[in-house]
Amino acid sequence: MSNLRSLTFDAIIIGGGGSGLRAALELAKSGKKTAVLSKVFPTRSHTVSAQGGITCAIASADPNDDWRWHMYDTVKGGDYIADQDAAEYMCSEGPKAVFELEHMGLPFSRFDNGRIYQRPFGGQSKNFGEGGQAARTCAAADRTGHALLHTLYQNNLKNNTTFLNEWYAVDLVKNANNDVVGCIAMCIETGEVVHVKSKATVLATGGAGRIYASTTNALINTGDGIGMALRAGFPMQDMEMWQFHPTGIYGAGTLVTEGCRGEGGYLINKDGERFMERYAPNAKDLAGRDVVARSMVMEILEGRGCGDKGDHVFLKLDHLGEEVLGKRLPGIVELSKTFAHVDPAKDPIPVVPTCHYMMGGVPTNVHGQAIMQDENGNDQIINGLFACGEAACVSVHGANRLGGNSLLDLVVFGRAAGIFIEGALNEGINYLDASESDIEFAMKRMSRWNESEGGESVPALKAELQDIMQNSFGVFREEKNMVEGVQKLAELRERVANAHLPDKSNAFNTARVEALELDNLMEVAEATAIAALERKESRGAHSRYDYPDRDDVNWLKHSLYFPATKELKKRDVNFKPKTVDTFEPKVRTY
Amino acid sequence: MSNLQVSVYRYNPETDSAPYMQEFQVDTKGRDLMVLDVLHLMKEQDSGLAYRRSCREGVCGSDGMNMNGKNGLACITPLSDVVKGGKLTLRPLPGLPVIRDMVVDMGMFYKQYERIQPYLQNETPAPAIERLQSPEDRDKLDGLYECILCACCSTSCPSFWWNPDKFVGPAGLLQSYRFLADSRDTATRERLSELEDPFSLFRCRGIMNCVAVCPKGLNPTRAIGKIREMLLADAT
Repeated sequence: MSNLRSLTFDAIIIGGGGSGLRAALELAKSGKKTAVLSKVFPTRSHTVSAQGGITCAIASADPNDDWRWHMYDTVKGGDYIADQDAAEYMCSEGPKAVFELEHMGLPFSRFDNGRIYQRPFGGQSKNFGEGGQAARTCAAADRTGHALLHTLYQNNLKNNTTFLNEWYAVDLVKNANNDVVGCIAMCIETGEVVHVKSKATVLATGGAGRIYASTTNALINTGDGIGMALRAGFPMQDMEMWQFHPTGIYGAGTLVTEGCRGEGGYLINKDGERFMERYAPNAKDLAGRDVVARSMVMEILEGRGCGDKGDHVFLKLDHLGEEVLGKRLPGIVELSKTFAHVDPAKDPIPVVPTCHYMMGGVPTNVHGQAIMQDENGNDQIINGLFACGEAACVSVHGANRLGGNSLLDLVVFGRAAGIFIEGALNEGINYLDASESDIEFAMKRMSRWNESEGGESVPALKAELQDIMQNSFGVFREEKNMVEGVQKLAELRERVANAHLPDKSNAFNTARVEALELDNLMEVAEATAIAALERKESRGAHSRYDYPDRDDVNWLKHSLYFPATKELKKRDVNFKPKTVDTFEPKVRTY
Repeated sequence: MSNLQVSVYRYNPETDSAPYMQEFQVDTKGRDLMVLDVLHLMKEQDSGLAYRRSCREGVCGSDGMNMNGKNGLACITPLSDVVKGGKLTLRPLPGLPVIRDMVVDMGMFYKQYERIQPYLQNETPAPAIERLQSPEDRDKLDGLYECILCACCSTSCPSFWWNPDKFVGPAGLLQSYRFLADSRDTATRERLSELEDPFSLFRCRGIMNCVAVCPKGLNPTRAIGKIREMLLADAT
């Protein structure tokens, strides 16, 4: 071996979305030899689709706002399995990270006093839930993700970050000690496969909403980092926790921001009733997303859905007036016209809960270091492997993420990972090189596809996978249906292992990329399904008919899925923040 | 419109000595699909068909292409907007080298974007909180910052076709003005001096193809006019 060309970096960041670019920026400034490897040009990453904003106690809308209130909301929103040390870190470091973005040029909307505009979002409160609705989400109209992603890309250009754009990471490379020492990657334009050697490998690969048939996620969100880590034998945390966003456009799945409800919009059923008043008398339409999504499904199941089939509800915005819509929600007006053929200034938008966000992922500490468990169930750092953003599970979101917390997660923990890696590199990192057989092991799956001579087609298998997930692991779940789902996925895995890549060409072969993505969807789907079946309670986004209550005696825990044995174990939640008192679990009402 | 006839540009550098147009019959089942949906259906027939796509909602800028002669984003262009006489012809964005099928080499486009230093420059020490900006000053960025770098504008511009190495093009110039118009940016003079030569800015002939095709409804020609005014004011 090996006839593979190798590229060597101090740190390789896989993924060019918000968290990857923020980590890269930190490392580029430090002068470390860093590269961002992204399967799309960075501004095509899914962060670009984030709309409503970035939640952070910058005390603009309310000069008395306090990051501790934000932390309380986050912990409560996560139904008490968010790690409190991580939530503390995110909420307290948040303002610094947001002001940095502004200094970099992010075109935030403004209040009359010139400070950053903040709008109300779901699950936000003042004074630890006692002071009414807060307005804590910093916004650039309803294009905050776009503005944030472009700003980060621009500042990486300014700092001469190396980009491997339109390169696809195939699998992690581990040495004999189980340290991660880089990855196998393919240049999509030429088809060349290389061995990327690195002392720090950062998974910033985002979510995997494409395991569901209906999702707000981009077509590229196929859980590539999760798949790589699972194939390398590392565990995944809280994979049963998937957020269904209340307002995906009916039929198309495209997102309509929670900011619509923050600006005063509300949901109505076929009778025109503002039904959230019944389910969440205080917060109403701004209750947690899991609560709103479930309420919508209840309305539909009880026959109060809208349309011929009664299978969606309406989001009413016309009372906001054209000026607010044009100023604060211009992107939504555009999307509604394009995908729902509705002008929200005149008519309500048909919406339905739609898969939106993966709360689970690679378990990490606040420095982005990936974690596994030793034989005694103690946390153990995985040398060389890091994760941040949606691919990671720090966990700040617990069982349900609050709106606007994902963008904050990206920049706070992307930055934290960059800072930590810089320090570790300065202290010196020395891992054993990968052997020839280590590299061959990481090449196995690529070779399998390249040598396939017959079998089922990738798009057909993908559609089947998405239907299984949609039907058995949606907003409401129950044992029998999930057992069937798990069985079907096990059978599907066999078929995926024998599927066919007809096009073996090298130049910009998107069929090969889609085949490799299918393996990752398979890994994510199976981890999700097994974790969902095994967590026998209802908490946050995980809602079961057969176990309708939260079970703090047995399940005030993270779940940890182990790919080799397909077992689900438990991991302790952190209840020890450093500077504030623990938020004890309470009944969660809005 | 159940059976749509689609003619698509094909070129695989490994197997084709020259590009050609391939005919597809696509069953739309009478739906007014987006052009991107039609491409997915074609890829099910021939997995080798290559095109870029990501967000499928018009914000990532991946799937700019030429549809029946006009540039736009495939994901937000319904068939009813472009199909004429039951026919659809799809070609890659004009003027850039083709890598494969609908995938073009965007290198020159990105290079022109990078040339205008597309990042805020302000050498004064940053305050502990955000830099303040009045809503009126922030309004000046509307219609500028929303660019998604899809290249529909620059690749519809004859001046860019002729001088892609020297003329910044509408997308890059729109971004240049996005920073010139930002009350927080202090590099105005440097930015303007980079655009003074006969090509970078002044190759714009006001043809306005860029305005006609921009999928986000932005107006690069107006931004270019504003930069000209600033240059003129700077010179007097």
